Amino acid sequence: MAILKELPSQTAGPYVHIGCAPSSAGLANIYGGDELGSKMIKIPTNHQEIDLTGKIYDANGDVIKDALVEIWQAAPDGTFNQTDYFTNWGRQSTDNETGFFKFETLMPGMVENQAPHVFLWIAARGINLALATRIYFEDNDILNKRDPILGLAGARAKTLIATKSKTGYHHEIHIQGPNETVFFNV
Amino acid sequence: MSFEPRDLNWHPPAHAPDYRSSTARAPSQKLLHYEPTKTELTGPTFGHDLLGETDSDLIINYAKPGESAVGARIIVHGKVMDENGRPLPGKLVEVWQANASGRYRHKNDTYLASLDPNFGGCGRCISDDNGNYSFRTIMPAPYPWPNGGNNWRPAHIHFSIFGDGFLQRLITQMYFEGDPHVALCPIVQSIPDPRAIDILVGKLDMDATIPMDIRAYRFDIVLRGPNATYFENKSEGM
Repeated sequence: MAILKELPSQTAGPYVHIGCAPSSAGLANIYGGDELGSKMIKIPTNHQEIDLTGKIYDANGDVIKDALVEIWQAAPDGTFNQTDYFTNWGRQSTDNETGFFKFETLMPGMVENQAPHVFLWIAARGINLALATRIYFEDNDILNKRDPILGLAGARAKTLIATKSKTGYHHEIHIQGPNETVFFNV
Repeated sequence: MSFEPRDLNWHPPAHAPDYRSSTARAPSQKLLHYEPTKTELTGPTFGHDLLGETDSDLIINYAKPGESAVGARIIVHGKVMDENGRPLPGKLVEVWQANASGRYRHKNDTYLASLDPNFGGCGRCISDDNGNYSFRTIMPAPYPWPNGGNNWRPAHIHFSIFGDGFLQRLITQMYFEGDPHVALCPIVQSIPDPRAIDILVGKLDMDATIPMDIRAYRFDIVLRGPNATYFENKSEGM
């Protein structure tokens, strides 16, 4: 039996960038080197590279410009080994002006019986417990149809599927409203 | 390995009406639960080689050589562990905070209080082999914030913590023992259970204080833990 309780969550607040993406807060040199999580592809192989872009909208349809977004995903071979080539983990801020975010990553492979997917996590002002969701890919129809988690989402599964863009995939996340994205408590 | 779903009654609700910003940023539908898969049970790891010498010392990590941040000097330390009390070594802990007058070094913070040219306001460390972590910093001040009334945040330090798996990932805030603003703050008070609030309050730790130098606050970081039967079964099999 658990003897302790997890710390309760609190919002990341409007200044999350200071701690988690200091370059975007104007603290570029505080740690030196690249911003942590900004480079997922360590050694480019020109194989399976995709841009995963997106925007996050609030209940009023306004784009969220102060969020921190992290992703965790399998490599193209379905592993999570954080190799010298690929980190599996990425972290970006949504753009302060446009709300746009972009991960330069690799197309994930299948994980066990699950269709290729990316786990995505959002922290921001006004979000009391970071939001967890998944991104699947629109051209994996057959695999997506068999995916157990998309199956669980039922008619709302479409809110988890990114559409093809010129250089990869684009995905819009709606925190509330008629197109509300499915969020998970895993 | 299996985990119980997060106890959502322990965490603040997505929509906490007294915290105005949460209204438009709360999902209206119920969060869906599924049994965690390899995707959620794994997560990024970080090596100690990531860290620079002063990354965990906010008193000097932004200061000019020979200078230091203004404010009451404090150590903030504790142990990263899971709900079973198992220490979690090698976990990245990142912090950020306002300075000693309640102002953040951020372009969006327009509070009239002064910036400190020697204080950046962020730090990071990785828990040691026993799960212990430690920062040196200065006491942040309470500050006013726009929430439709006369609202002041208690003095606080933001924490971002990674666990073994992404499902343990957590962002939260540490408060300070004795701060009367804790009881008045809509963000803190959106947490329904007073016992949950209490474990976010760092306690003055005289034993870790360094005489004539710096006071210490103890703040243990508890992340979700796997069901204990996992360990029982594992030890039987060994």
